[in-house]
Amino acid sequence: MTEQSRKLIVLVAIWAALLFAPYWMAPLGGYTALATRVLVLGLAAMSLNFLLGFTGVLSFGHAAWFGLGAYGAGMSLKYLAASTPLAVICGILLGGLCGAILGALLVRRRGVYFAMVTIAFGQVFYYIAFQWSSVTGGDDGLRGFARAPIDLGVLKLDILSNAEVFYYFVLFCFALAVGAMGFILRSPFGRTMIAIRENERRSRFLGIPIERHIWIAFSLSCFFMGFAGALYALVNNFADPRGLHYSQSGDFVMMAVMGGMRSFWGPLLGAFIFVVLQDYLSSITVNWMSFVGLLFVLVVLFFPRGLLGFFQRSKA
Amino acid sequence: MTISRRPWSINRRTILKSGAAIAAAQFSSPFIITARGETPIRIGMVDPLTGVYAAIAQNEVVGAKYAVEQINAKGGIMGRPIELLVEDSANDVGTGVQKTRKLIERDQVSFIIGDVNSGIAIAMAQVTSEKKVLHIVSGGHSDVVTGSSCSWNVFRVCNSTTMDSAAIAQTLIDKFGKKWYFLTPDYAYGHSVQAGFEKILKAAGGTSAGSLIPLSTPDYSSYLIQAKAYNPQVLINVMGGNDQVASLKQFVQFGLDKQMAIGGALFELESLRAVPDSARIGWWTMEWWWDQPGVPHVAEFNAAMKKLTGGAATARNWFGYASVETLAVIANQEKTLDAPKLAHALSGFKLPPEIALQPAAPDYRSGDHQLMSTVFVGEAHPPQGDPDNMFTIKSPVPGEKAAGSVESTGCKMQWPA
Amino acid sequence: MTLLLLFNITNGLIVGAFYVLMALGLSLILNLSNVINFAHGGFLVIGGYIAYALSPYVGFWGALLLAPPLTAIIGLAVERVLIRPLYGRDPLYSLLLTFGLAFMIEDGTRFIFGPQGKPFVIPPFLAQPLSNDMFFITGYRLFMVAVVVIAIVFLFLLLRYTRLGIRIRAGTLDLETVAALGINVGMLRSLNFAVGIFLAGLAGVLAAGQLGLEPTMGTGLLMPSFIAIIVGGIGSLPGTLVGGLLIGVAAGITAVFFPAASEAVIYVMMAIILLTRPRGLFGEEGMLS
Repeated sequence: MTEQSRKLIVLVAIWAALLFAPYWMAPLGGYTALATRVLVLGLAAMSLNFLLGFTGVLSFGHAAWFGLGAYGAGMSLKYLAASTPLAVICGILLGGLCGAILGALLVRRRGVYFAMVTIAFGQVFYYIAFQWSSVTGGDDGLRGFARAPIDLGVLKLDILSNAEVFYYFVLFCFALAVGAMGFILRSPFGRTMIAIRENERRSRFLGIPIERHIWIAFSLSCFFMGFAGALYALVNNFADPRGLHYSQSGDFVMMAVMGGMRSFWGPLLGAFIFVVLQDYLSSITVNWMSFVGLLFVLVVLFFPRGLLGFFQRSKA
Repeated sequence: MTISRRPWSINRRTILKSGAAIAAAQFSSPFIITARGETPIRIGMVDPLTGVYAAIAQNEVVGAKYAVEQINAKGGIMGRPIELLVEDSANDVGTGVQKTRKLIERDQVSFIIGDVNSGIAIAMAQVTSEKKVLHIVSGGHSDVVTGSSCSWNVFRVCNSTTMDSAAIAQTLIDKFGKKWYFLTPDYAYGHSVQAGFEKILKAAGGTSAGSLIPLSTPDYSSYLIQAKAYNPQVLINVMGGNDQVASLKQFVQFGLDKQMAIGGALFELESLRAVPDSARIGWWTMEWWWDQPGVPHVAEFNAAMKKLTGGAATARNWFGYASVETLAVIANQEKTLDAPKLAHALSGFKLPPEIALQPAAPDYRSGDHQLMSTVFVGEAHPPQGDPDNMFTIKSPVPGEKAAGSVESTGCKMQWPA
Repeated sequence: MTLLLLFNITNGLIVGAFYVLMALGLSLILNLSNVINFAHGGFLVIGGYIAYALSPYVGFWGALLLAPPLTAIIGLAVERVLIRPLYGRDPLYSLLLTFGLAFMIEDGTRFIFGPQGKPFVIPPFLAQPLSNDMFFITGYRLFMVAVVVIAIVFLFLLLRYTRLGIRIRAGTLDLETVAALGINVGMLRSLNFAVGIFLAGLAGVLAAGQLGLEPTMGTGLLMPSFIAIIVGGIGSLPGTLVGGLLIGVAAGITAVFFPAASEAVIYVMMAIILLTRPRGLFGEEGMLS
């Protein structure tokens, strides 16, 4: 079997699983809303991985752009118009633009320092969302909006009350985002990103403007994060400061690492495991936090390449 | 650099193998839902069992579980046993909403109870009214739950912030004076308690100032410095949970208790237990209290809670207990699980004494579905006799008196057709 | 007004002293081992709970003396088992590990001690203000400042005059050379970590007297410590000291004019530092780029 056809089969398998998720998850004790949540958080993890896994830049405050996307979508639905596409666009823009602007300030730093600074900046946004309660609703979150049914002329998509229809809408958005990501990664720009990850100094010697590339990669990943955040607001009909907190960032990094940072689909797998596990564990024990924490520790110590990395290694 | 040596020989393969074994064992049972014979009636309870509200949330669950035991011993609901499914909202709205959906869609619960956090409770109410499920808010205090966000399927056991502040405001004015300073946590609960107090204070010609304090503040000195500069007669501490514990500790350490009185709305038993004796002071409201001599069934309940938790029964135990008992009693009375029918029956329903556990017979007011529970105004003090006897009831205020009119809550109840 | 301002500045210094204690421990660990210890707040909580568990037997003073070293021993064990395998790797992994560890510590303390807050009692003669006017200077807070000062002096003496201290300082600048000189770098890192955790445990005991002792106590204190380090300059302990005091005073002053923003101002300070002088007030260029 050639490499190409194997990749194609894997791709088809993934999309088949995603397309039929509401049907195979239910008998296993899942439910459609869980699948939707996996998709949205998976997209967020993949957006983070765009930066983390493919460019090698450690951003630990990325939930800020996710949360901003959620607030953007929510505020658009609440104050602008009851239109879902507009809300999604607003979310993408808010998350992406803020990320791009701040990214310009951050790109000179690397490594641990960069991580600390991104955490701190993420917390600034968390704090703003928490305190500016007249606009964001403060600790209680932004309420009073709901995803509006989409009117495509010929058919009306009732994404508000029909869980399955909403899942497919989210899957459609997911496909768009993932398609864009894949396209970018396959382009010369994407190749350059990987080059920077592998050996930054050598890339610099080749004349690649490192800071500019990192800034573009950072900004792109923020736009994708904003997209995921907007979808998250639609899932909950709610946006709250917790989406911006560094613990949310930690969750996303964990999903990326657990699934496999070096692979494209790894973070989705990581998100699936993380979300389903957390959902399952918190139902059977009050001490689920210990288990999730233990999972973090075990993955870092024994499976740093993540699940997909583990399988790829054993094949080699 | 250095090759890391593991001190023992656990390696990847061992972990993977044991993990797979454990997973297989888990996946076999509850994950795949099989058909059952006598299907129990399920009640879903969503509460923040982890996080800053863990202590009070877990106490609500204890009370609820006890109620389930009691009800099943008497035959359950319409002859079917009841099952309580408890989910952790982790003090996060997204999780709370998701768990609610899970309980309703996957686990097919007939009723929902929750959340301690009013913000989560309201978000949950959005889901429960969409799905037409009867929803009892056991412990979220914000006014809007039975006020501007009221809904035909939502009922509340614990008091609204208006009830708590209105019950004690006049007492504080009469006992201490009309110049107040507020320490208010900067979120919806804090704002509404302060607003409730200020309304009554202004009507009595009083003056006030205050500080809006971010949640989880470790140090209250700058706010207390401002309070001292203002020189009020009473410091109204609206902080909740651990913030209340910290601020009271510091208030007393600064010796401010010798210069001004302290009081406020809630100072729950869970928080009272967490402060040293010197900080067990002030005038507060309790939504329920375990020491009510002469009131039937209370001692029984208290003894049961003592056996389960090691301490006296708290208001939170009672919230969980009353929520579950309400659902059972109304379903058994109406002989149906249909939410609109039950909601109509519950509107204006008076709790029998073995559930109410208080002198009056409180009802779920029909206009807003708020339980008109007695508000116990009293004084905190170091333990006398029983280690949990840290509060003495001075004047129980009937719920209707404290609650104000239905119009003032802003609730416009809309029933399904 | 000036009196109020003066009060708040003094108060800010006292609060800042506490942040310094937390931040110094974090900074020590960061400088030598390149590890962002997200579990630092968790060790603070462990210190507080150990003190609470011991105080019925040895009183407040005994608990104060015993809890920090016991916490440090736990820290030593954690470092040896969990963190040591990660030194050669990307800093991402130690970050994630300490992050997961923080979860486990919070849940573990909740499991062992219950979610109910515990009343940690401080000696009554300390819980008094010094004067009526300067009521916010209580015996306990002065004591806290004294403890912090003693801890800083000891740390300074340790780093300056003992062999361990010299090696730590050298290791912060160039760990490879230190290893090449034949020094047991593994042991050095472990001891350094233990010292950092000792400070966290000490902070925990002090905090237990001021705040409510419960499992989530440490999370709110982690961020100000980070900011103290960023403002003061990564890689510089005097910087961390100044950073901690500075953010305490800034928060105190802001509380006079714009109370709601008193927490926000430390983030604003961090942003200003990052924009104008990214290495921090006392940081060295290229320390951790």
